[in-house]
Order: sequence, then structure tokens, then C-alpha cells
Amino acid sequence: MHRFANPARFLKIANAVLPWAAGLSAVCFAAGLYLGLIASPPDYQQGDTVRIMYIHVPAAWMSMFTYSTMALAAAAALVWKHPLAEVYAKAAAPLGAGFTALCLLTGSLWGAPMWGTWWVWDARLTSVLVLFFLYLGYMALVDAFDDPARGAKAGNILLLVGAVNVPIIKFSVEWWNTLHQPASVFRLGGPTIAASMLWPLLLLALAFQSYFVAVVILRIRAGLAARRVQTLRLGQTG
Amino acid sequence: MLRLILRDLRLVFRQGSDATAALMFFVLCVVLFPFGVGPEPNVLTRIAPGVILIAALLAALLSMERLFQGDFEDGSLELLLLSPLPAEGVAVAKVAAHWLVTGVPLLLVAPLLALLLRMPVEQLGLLVGTLALATPLLSLIGAVGAALTLGARRSGVLLPLLVLPLYIPVLIFAAAGLDAGLSGLSPRPHLLLLGGLLCGALVLAPLAIAAALRAAHE
Repeated sequence: MHRFANPARFLKIANAVLPWAAGLSAVCFAAGLYLGLIASPPDYQQGDTVRIMYIHVPAAWMSMFTYSTMALAAAAALVWKHPLAEVYAKAAAPLGAGFTALCLLTGSLWGAPMWGTWWVWDARLTSVLVLFFLYLGYMALVDAFDDPARGAKAGNILLLVGAVNVPIIKFSVEWWNTLHQPASVFRLGGPTIAASMLWPLLLLALAFQSYFVAVVILRIRAGLAARRVQTLRLGQTG
Repeated sequence: MLRLILRDLRLVFRQGSDATAALMFFVLCVVLFPFGVGPEPNVLTRIAPGVILIAALLAALLSMERLFQGDFEDGSLELLLLSPLPAEGVAVAKVAAHWLVTGVPLLLVAPLLALLLRMPVEQLGLLVGTLALATPLLSLIGAVGAALTLGARRSGVLLPLLVLPLYIPVLIFAAAGLDAGLSGLSPRPHLLLLGGLLCGALVLAPLAIAAALRAAHE
């Protein structure tokens, strides 16, 4: 991992990955959306509303994935002072917040016809809402200091504190038995979802993932450039 | 560490205003509710646990901003961090002092307020017990936020934004315990969970507070 601590070396690899990730994302989005929204069968109980799942579930996975990687990056930044880790956490935060918002929004739209309500104070929904607030709090905290290094450090500690929430989200549907259904893809004994629905779901998950990789690379590049501009400016004035 | 706690307590008693302000805020907050929702006894009994818990939570938050701010500004926090006492010890002492100053008075006043809100007398013991578990948690979690926002711009707005989401679990289990008591069920499981949260926070929060304090001084 420390091989990539050098921003120049990281950028060389990242620039090579970027077009592939972007391309993969576009292809998977096209294929997954076609399969999910048009070609896959409607659910025998839920009818066509089940198609919301193809957006809702990947967004939910990504919201957790993004937070977990940000927390790992925060740990790396605090322990090894890894210079890219902080840039990564900062770059990924708005994306994570976006995924979480998308997940909450589509979940609410799905809940209205299926559960008869836009929102319930169920453990899964509440913990995801807390995750959303954690993203917002992190972004506000990082920007609140005159010294960016101090902000990044405070943000890292907050990320680690908030990491308590991740297992709570994952297991909330098993610990508390409420409206939200338990996991049906990542479970012991294999997925219980029909193959015709699993494929578009996995394709879209891949699409979300590669979209995330592409945009995060772009944002890290911008973050590194901003840092460079700042040092150059300081060098000129000082 | 004990000396540090005593020093903080002395400071508060000589100034006086901070602690009493938080307590007055708590009382007034609760007293406002009967005017807001109407003095109907059944409604008041139903909402009493939630009202008291939320008022306690806001009162803890109100006094939280000053927890490290004064010491940070006059430089004594730096001396405390340089002292042989580890930063975690400083964190525990500050939180303990904060709890003694704001949490314990709340415990004493809460039964009176609960009577104003028409909570049944048998439930008062449960209320005090729940608050005794919940208020140290509020102090511990809030102190993490207070340490993180040290020296930040707009720290007054930022602190609630960081801390309130983390208060949600405390509120959920405390309210569930009180509700169970009111409807004649056993509050034990909820209080055990609350106690578990407290044990976890007692171990983990000082580490986070100490890390944040060190970060504030680089």
C-alpha cells in the first residue's frame, strides 16, 4: 500500500484505470438498466414496483462500502500518516452521501406502495439515516477549520467513531424484526433471489462500483491539484 | 486525575452560571411542553419520558461547548496534555466533572418534573435509573464532539450536527425502557442494552477524545 503513497505514482496508475472504469460503468449501466427495467420479469407479488430494487439495493451497498473504505482510510491516515488516505476520504464523502440519499429516497418511494407508508422508524431505516448524517457531519467538520490538515484529522477521528454504525446497519434486520426485509443476496446458504432478478442487480452493482471508482479518481486528482496550487501560492507569498 | 476533577468542580462552583444555566434550560424546556400540547393528563403521561429525555439531551449539549473551550483558549489544556497524566486520563476527568455538574443535578430535578407531567409515582425510580445510565453516555459522546470541534469556525452549529445523530441510540433505548415501564412490561432488556452502550462508551470515548485533543494541539 505504501508503494502508492507517492501521489505521482498513484496518478499514473489512476489515469490508466480511469477510462476503463468509466467505460465499464457506462456499459454496465446500459445493460443493467435494460435488463432490470425492461427485460426482467415483474415480481409475482409486488408487480413492477420491484424494479426499484435494482437502484435501491446497489445504492445501499455502495453507501456502506464507501463509509467502510473511508473509515479504513481514516485509520491508515491516523496510524501511518498515509498522505493519500485523507485525500481519498475527502473525495469519497460527497459520493457516499449521494448514494445514501439515493438509497433513502428510492427506499421511501418503494415503501409507499408496498408498506403503505413513506417512512417507518425501523432499525434499518434509522441507522441508514444516521449514516447519512455522519456523512454530512464529516463534510461540515472537515471544512470548518482554517488549517486543512487539522480539519482532515478531526474528520478522521469522527469517521472512526462513526464506524460503530456500519455493523449496526448490516445486522439491524436480523437483530430487530421489523418491516424491512432481511438480506436475500449476501447470506449463508446462497442467495434466495431468482436468477432473472439477480443478474441485473449484480450488473447494476458493478455499474455503481465502477462509477464510484471513476469519479473518486477524478476527485482525488482535483484534490491533489488543489493542494499543489495551495503550496505554490504559499511559496510565492512567503 | 481526582485533582483535575476537583479543580473543574471548583471552577464551576465559583462561576456558577454555566451549570445552573443548563439546569434552568432543562426545567424550562420541560415546563414548556404542557403549554405546547395542552394540559391533558393522558397525553402528558404518554409523552413525559420522551420530553424529559430530549430536554436532558439538549441540556447536556448546551453545556458541552464550554467543556474544553475555556481550557483551550487560556492554554491550560496544553499544560494538561504535557503533564504526566495521559491524555485519556484528562479526557475521563473532564467528562466526569461535566457529568457531576450537569448530569447529577438533572437526576435530582427529573422526578419533580416527571410529577408535573403526570408520570405515575411508581415509575419515578425507573426514570432516575434510566437517566443515571443515559446522562454519563450523553457526556461521553458529547465530549468527543466537543473535542473534535475545538478551534473550528462555527463550532456552536457544528457540535449539534456531529453529536445529535450519535445520541439517537441512547434516546431509543432509554425511551424504550421508560415506555416499557409505563405500559407494565419489564424495562430490563432496554436498560441492559443502555448499560452495555455505557460500558462500551466508557472504554472507547476517552480514546477518541484524547486523539481529538492531541489533534487540536498540533
